[in-house]
Amino acid sequence: MGYTESDLEKDLEGKEYEYGFVSDFDTDRIENGLNEDVIRLISSKREEPEWLLEFRLKAYRHWLTMYEPDWAHVKYDKPDFQAISYYSAPKPKKELKSLDEVDPELLEMYKKLGISVDEQKRMNGIAIDVVVDSVSVATTFKKTLLEKGIIFMSFSEAVKEYPDLVQEYLGSVVPAADNYYAALNSAVFTDGSFCYIPKGVRCPMELSTYFRINEAGTGQFERTLIVADEGSYVSYLEGCTAPARDENQLHAAVVEIMVKKEAEVKYSTVQNWFPGDAEGKGGVYNFVTKRAMCEGYKSKVSWTQVETGSAVTWKYPSCVLKGDYSEGEFYSVAVTANHQMADTGSKMIHLGKNSKSVIISKGISAGVSENSYRGLVQVHKNAINSRNFSQCDSLLLGDKCGAHTFPYIEVKNKSSQVEHEATTSKIGEDQIFYCQQRGISEEKAISLIVNGYAREVLNQLPMEFAAEAQKLLAITLEGSVG
Amino acid sequence: MSTPIISIKNLHAEVEGHKILKGFNLDINPGEIHAIMGPNGTGKSTLASVIAGKDEYEVTEGEVIFNGKNILELDPDERAAEGVFLAFQYPVEIPGVSNTNFMKAAVNNIREYHGEDPLKAKDFLKLMKEKQELVELKGRLANRSVNEGFSGGEKKRNEIFQMAMLDPKLAILDETDSGLDIDALKIVANGVNQLHTKENSFLVITHYQRLLDHIIPDFVHVMYDGKIVKTGDKNLALELEEKGYDWLK
Repeated sequence: MGYTESDLEKDLEGKEYEYGFVSDFDTDRIENGLNEDVIRLISSKREEPEWLLEFRLKAYRHWLTMYEPDWAHVKYDKPDFQAISYYSAPKPKKELKSLDEVDPELLEMYKKLGISVDEQKRMNGIAIDVVVDSVSVATTFKKTLLEKGIIFMSFSEAVKEYPDLVQEYLGSVVPAADNYYAALNSAVFTDGSFCYIPKGVRCPMELSTYFRINEAGTGQFERTLIVADEGSYVSYLEGCTAPARDENQLHAAVVEIMVKKEAEVKYSTVQNWFPGDAEGKGGVYNFVTKRAMCEGYKSKVSWTQVETGSAVTWKYPSCVLKGDYSEGEFYSVAVTANHQMADTGSKMIHLGKNSKSVIISKGISAGVSENSYRGLVQVHKNAINSRNFSQCDSLLLGDKCGAHTFPYIEVKNKSSQVEHEATTSKIGEDQIFYCQQRGISEEKAISLIVNGYAREVLNQLPMEFAAEAQKLLAITLEGSVG
Repeated sequence: MSTPIISIKNLHAEVEGHKILKGFNLDINPGEIHAIMGPNGTGKSTLASVIAGKDEYEVTEGEVIFNGKNILELDPDERAAEGVFLAFQYPVEIPGVSNTNFMKAAVNNIREYHGEDPLKAKDFLKLMKEKQELVELKGRLANRSVNEGFSGGEKKRNEIFQMAMLDPKLAILDETDSGLDIDALKIVANGVNQLHTKENSFLVITHYQRLLDHIIPDFVHVMYDGKIVKTGDKNLALELEEKGYDWLK
């Protein structure tokens, strides 16, 4: 119970978007625009093997035949894909042996983000692979992890050091032609993280990645690949902050997770991209494809997300439950305030017998925002005795926002059981008055009530993330009622 | 003659254009217990809500001086911090918020209002434990969400527990006895009696005389059509029980 209500109060005082600063360091950047030459250039700058270039080109050619999806319940100006630079990297790109060699500007930025790397090194046993503008600049704890055979490094390093592993699994869960944004990502991704947990190994620490958009007008196309081999376990944390900007920034990441027999992966996200200002100007477009393959017997994956940022969110972390007795979980809190729009949820594809899934989604809408849950539960013919439980709750603050639920349920056998519950509620004046009558201010009452509403999901997060998430909820909803 | 803890003068209030309080007057001195009785719809609960500051009620005339301050100008949370407590007729459920967190927020907010440091976790938990015993809720509150899944009786006892935690100068009990069986009624009354000192005051709103067997009032007021029409001692309650209200109209 390190985080108290009064901490929350203090945090509420900083209303402005906390991380709205711009770092100033040299950047290696290519001209705006996208064509095969640009892709070849990205690939050669990264000194990639031929097969990867082929992967990219194939994805690009397929992407050209695709259309940007328009079925989501969101409205935005479609990005001009020719106005984006597809590669930028911080300049000092030499081998770093210690943090002293890192650009002081970068270190300063870590400090502002509250992730002073050398402190993190000593603390908590969290290894951090920091991604700044698409290139990893500092990786810690690699040695400790390597002793256990765990590989945790930037994607580009992994391509050089473990090309066979990467080639085997890249695109195995999210194929290059999966969807519009995944195809784009497959064509142009610059960097990201790679993680491999060997057979029977339980990763001794939470693996944590911080993302950050820095260069103006730079699209971020992160690629994350996690492979959990038989009987292994890993808990992976992803957190994002982005500087305030007056133009839209596109973020189209792909996260693929391969979970082998009896392995378990827990993937937690706190997403806080710049949501745009109170008038709805600026903000990040977050079009992400996240999917896990529960490949074998008793494979298990658990997605937990707290989404407070982005102007537009399009995101459906999914589980393909291929193995018998495999399990998928999705816990989500999605907050939209001001002009934010979110269309988010999960897909649970039951293929294996006795497979099990749970979806707990908590939407919170304020201001004039639109918040939609969209989810698919699909139980195939052979997935006998499968079970799903879905609960989708929506909480409305004020009377100008929207909450929507789009559940899709397809069941192709008779022995499976699918349950869906949905509620919509408003923060009651009565609840706020009750808190106030006990001496609790209106703002604090709202944050108390909202955190209570989201508790089921917040409880799924690792401790330090849960505290951060609570603060984010409060900051995001600041001034939403009244 | 001591200064009244609360002095209500010529109070008029309405909700959505309906006039409900029509010139209500009442002074309560420190240490006194006042009971307000009266038929349904005469404005008893409105009076409680107006004093506590619920914003759907509009005060059109009159004043409420509490502890020397015109509290009509204060927000509900500031009134609470000044020492006004309302035990709700229908306590509200707050899912997912534990009683511990809720009370910690309340206690520390009020302390902050008075320029005091937050209670240390150890002291706070000790206080929680002590006050829970008062209403025989020991060990049944801490990790449960505020009022969620509580029985009617538990909710009312929780109100008295919260009152004990916040130690108000004036506690208004809005039909706290409604829906209570006789055992729960005794627990609630016993809690109130233990908390009653020479310094703090109670305003007990009730339909029934039976609560006043356990909480003995110094004054009983009959409210009708938005104001007090008769004032007496505890015997007035017995008389009302016998004759009803019609003879006062």
